Amino acid sequence: MRFTFDGRPMTGEPGDTLAAALLRNGVRVVGRSVDLGRPRGIFTAGPEEPNALVRVGADPMLAATTVELHDGLEAHSLRGKGRVDLDAVDERRCDKGYLHCDVLVVGGGPAGLAATLAAGRSGARVILVDDQPRLGGDLLNSRLLLDGAPALDWVAGLDLPARVLTRTTAVGYYDHNYVVAVERRARGERLWHIRARRVVLATGAHERSLAFPGNDRPGVMLAASARAYANRYGVRAGRRAVVFACADSGYEAARDLVAAGVDVLAVVDPRPSGLPADVEVLAGQVVTGTTADEEGVLTGVQVGVRHFDADLLAVAGGWNPAVHLFSQSGGRTRFDEELAAFVPGTSAQAERSAGACRGLYATREAIADGYAAGAEAAGRTVPDLRVPECDERISRRPAALWLVERAPGSEPAFADLHRDVAVADLAMATATGMRSVEHVKRYTTAGTGADQGKTSGAVVVGVMSALLGAAPGQVGTTTFRPPYTPVSFATLAGRDRGALSDPVRTTALHDAHVALGAVFEDVGQWKRPRYFPRDGEDMEAAVRRECHAARTAVAAMDASTLGKIDIRGADAGEFLDRVYTNMYSTLAVGACRYGVMCGADGMVFDDGTTTRLADDHYLTTTTTGNAAPVLDWLEEWRQTEWPDLDVSLVSVTDHWATVAVVGPRAREVIAVVAPEAVELAFMRYASVPVLGVAGRVFRISFSGELAYEVNVPWRYGRALWEAVLELGVVPYGTETMHVLRAEKGFAIVGQETDGTVTPQDLGMGWIVSKRKPDFVGRRSHSRPDTARPDRKRLVGLLADDPEALVEEGAQLTAAGVAPMLGHVTSSYHSAALDRTFSLALARNVTPGDRLTAVSGDMRQPVTVVEPVFYDPDNTRRDGDPLPEARVAYRGDCRAESPAAAFADRFEAVSTPRVRLREVPFVSMWEVRGTDPGTGLRLGPDWWLVSGDVPPRPGWVDVSGQRTVLELAGPAAYDVLITGCPIDLDPSVFPGHAQTLLARTSVILERLPPETYRIYVRSSFAKYLAEWLIDALEAS
Amino acid sequence: MLLIDCPHCGPRDENEFHYGGQAGIACPTGDVTDEQWAAYVFMRDNPKGWFHERWFHVHGCRTWFTVERHTVTHEIRKP
Repeated sequence: MRFTFDGRPMTGEPGDTLAAALLRNGVRVVGRSVDLGRPRGIFTAGPEEPNALVRVGADPMLAATTVELHDGLEAHSLRGKGRVDLDAVDERRCDKGYLHCDVLVVGGGPAGLAATLAAGRSGARVILVDDQPRLGGDLLNSRLLLDGAPALDWVAGLDLPARVLTRTTAVGYYDHNYVVAVERRARGERLWHIRARRVVLATGAHERSLAFPGNDRPGVMLAASARAYANRYGVRAGRRAVVFACADSGYEAARDLVAAGVDVLAVVDPRPSGLPADVEVLAGQVVTGTTADEEGVLTGVQVGVRHFDADLLAVAGGWNPAVHLFSQSGGRTRFDEELAAFVPGTSAQAERSAGACRGLYATREAIADGYAAGAEAAGRTVPDLRVPECDERISRRPAALWLVERAPGSEPAFADLHRDVAVADLAMATATGMRSVEHVKRYTTAGTGADQGKTSGAVVVGVMSALLGAAPGQVGTTTFRPPYTPVSFATLAGRDRGALSDPVRTTALHDAHVALGAVFEDVGQWKRPRYFPRDGEDMEAAVRRECHAARTAVAAMDASTLGKIDIRGADAGEFLDRVYTNMYSTLAVGACRYGVMCGADGMVFDDGTTTRLADDHYLTTTTTGNAAPVLDWLEEWRQTEWPDLDVSLVSVTDHWATVAVVGPRAREVIAVVAPEAVELAFMRYASVPVLGVAGRVFRISFSGELAYEVNVPWRYGRALWEAVLELGVVPYGTETMHVLRAEKGFAIVGQETDGTVTPQDLGMGWIVSKRKPDFVGRRSHSRPDTARPDRKRLVGLLADDPEALVEEGAQLTAAGVAPMLGHVTSSYHSAALDRTFSLALARNVTPGDRLTAVSGDMRQPVTVVEPVFYDPDNTRRDGDPLPEARVAYRGDCRAESPAAAFADRFEAVSTPRVRLREVPFVSMWEVRGTDPGTGLRLGPDWWLVSGDVPPRPGWVDVSGQRTVLELAGPAAYDVLITGCPIDLDPSVFPGHAQTLLARTSVILERLPPETYRIYVRSSFAKYLAEWLIDALEAS
Repeated sequence: MLLIDCPHCGPRDENEFHYGGQAGIACPTGDVTDEQWAAYVFMRDNPKGWFHERWFHVHGCRTWFTVERHTVTHEIRKP
């Protein structure tokens, strides 16, 4: 395999890591250290690598020891840290996946394999994740024999009853056994979210170094890593080697290096006695220094007075159980004196460590422990699990050696290679009085590198314990935090980037708005047209034209985004009386009333109109941004405070498409599209044919002009809009709506209000009932703070300069100096007034007062006026009379399903393994209270009935509320688990559920064997369609 | 990511729910003093340990229910 390193062409072998390939090509210096710029080489063979950091493609910083070589790979050296190249093309397609299991085993070494076998054979659902391309763990790096054969034969002979994810690193262990793992795939990573009943951690152990002078030279490497390069990759990390063996694993490394043809000059063992070996053993001695050539690369090893010419120093400093995930799970570690290492102590979750990660390093011990852990996790013991025989020698107690004293003038002795933290730095920290390892970490930055101190953490603790004269167990470790290994933001984002980064909600009219060239604004997750520019108009010109049309002729707006709640029940009126400040139980059938809703604190929470459709049936509208919070709020009071009331709430926001027709000539439009509603009186409603289909027309005005809100089911929304525009009606957007309402002094919740404003503050005391015994927030209106007379109140402002637009948010003062009296909430140019005007909240002011609006360096003199600028006597609300009888609309009221425009793309991404389509025009009803005996049960007293069924009284038509998308085929499940967090396994999934898919709520229904119907809110249908197309393209 | 046992839907991930704060706070009725009312509107317990709290299964069955959670360990038990 050909690759380049810093532009130099090189060749590696299949299966190589980049690090192995670099060693194969004789590369000694891979990069420079982050702070001191010292040359550094490859130090390890795994994710603990502190030195060999490289840039590969758009990935700015990766450990060369974790990068799988592929043909054509281009790697570049780094000086300790990478930089994101914003121009780099990232072609990865990352995604997520959700899995559930009885037992999750992390680590595919001897213990993990044994645990998987034991748990899987007991019948449990088991997932095994391992970070390497092949299972085996440390067996991959060794020449051990199991039952007399190479250890990997034993691995290959295992029939693992589990879902096995290789190249998958568990990076985070969160509450309630939620483990997150990154699977490296050629096309981009997948972030697995795994919920497990029990977890077996078999994460192995990391070899550690110790602090001795010159321990950072390229050529100094951990002994087990040198052994791994020799055994697994057939690469000699050096020709002449010295092994520094604080633990007996150093002897195993020496033996394997010799077998690989490395000339091992000596084994240096600080313990009083060595082990028999084929090479010279210097017992009771330590490495005291290293020598280097002019490039800084290792040339020799000093052991007291003896010098060895060596290009490899293999350091076996001892082992640290990889307790990272255990610690992340909330478990507490303890220091084991015998092992001279931190091991798992008290568990906090349903997990158990097995094998080397709890200090059981011997292979047979680890396998036996794995069997026990697997059986324990599955809750059943499995017979016939035999621990294979092994030729491994029993290890002696390691030397608890953390540092070698440094002679004056010698090279620094590093504790953390990645962060360039030397013993002297730690000594400085402790000399300033720091005793806590957490303080020393923050002062020196030890352990804060991309490697998170995997090779250095224990060394830092050991050096500190020596400096402080305390036991390592007393010093303790720093907190292990996720992620275990670095995770790129692209991986975390998965599909949630670009157009899919946040769900976009669109109305039935959206494509028509796009075709008209609308400029959109985000209102919550909705895309709403802000204005419709013509012929290169800017916003001001477009809004002026749109306002003029609404005030003098007729204009139309897409009002579909307003929240709509269908409220039914014998106590519906009583319920509304309790949640609104005004009365609804007395409202006549067919009448509409505007209302304000407060929080318990008495502050305005939302507003809208409510219409009584029948005695026990109301329709409430909410503001666009508050639709979901209001429904949640009402549901909270219904369920938790007033469960005795007979009332039910159904969202019909997406069911109805709404076009507001506004202006003195609006009647002419209604005469065509809904002739039976022409004579509708102000604040009345009629259920009438609209373009020949069943619709609803409300005479509600948010502009002061004659206005109708015309509602049709979603599928006819676009036809209605286009029919209205064909009559010459001017489309307008939210900006014009804001100007028109502000001219009339109508407050907007969230613009004039900010959670500290009462209805009285808005001058709407008239809407707060004095007759009702109670409503939500009533008592708060008489609290001392809300009842005080000097609260800010809604006022109007006119700037002295009629062209000057006072900035929204500007502060109001008496003469340009403190105190602040209030602030500007809305400010616009008005076509009708031919000048600018503002709304503001201000205290202790009356019309006629002169104030100064202050914003940054701007000071604008303004005059306080009443907050109604246009038609204060409401003379315009009935508009012009109908000039002549018009013929009813004869065009075709075309129905369009929400995902109709996707049909071709759905077809294009479908394969025999998974097919995607919309099931259009499904009739659906929500049923509350009594079990209809059919349909999907969504909640304790909530059903969705769909299909060709005759509706019964009380069923709420929600055919437009949701769109049905269908995934079918053997791979449908695999697509769904990339976005649906619940357990979809056929053995568990009940057939249907309300849950999340991607980032939106859905009802998921399984039609056996492998078809799934996804019921998504129609306004989210485009988002989910795009998401599913992306998922199918990637699958 | 907590795993919360919805009484209707069974165990679901935390992000399907909205948090509803301390459970068992009744809205006072009748004549109450300003202090009593302010206590209802503004004051909540914040214990280190077991806590009765409300959750709303907003992306599921839309049921309000009460769980007991340990605010340090996040252990959840049914009240």
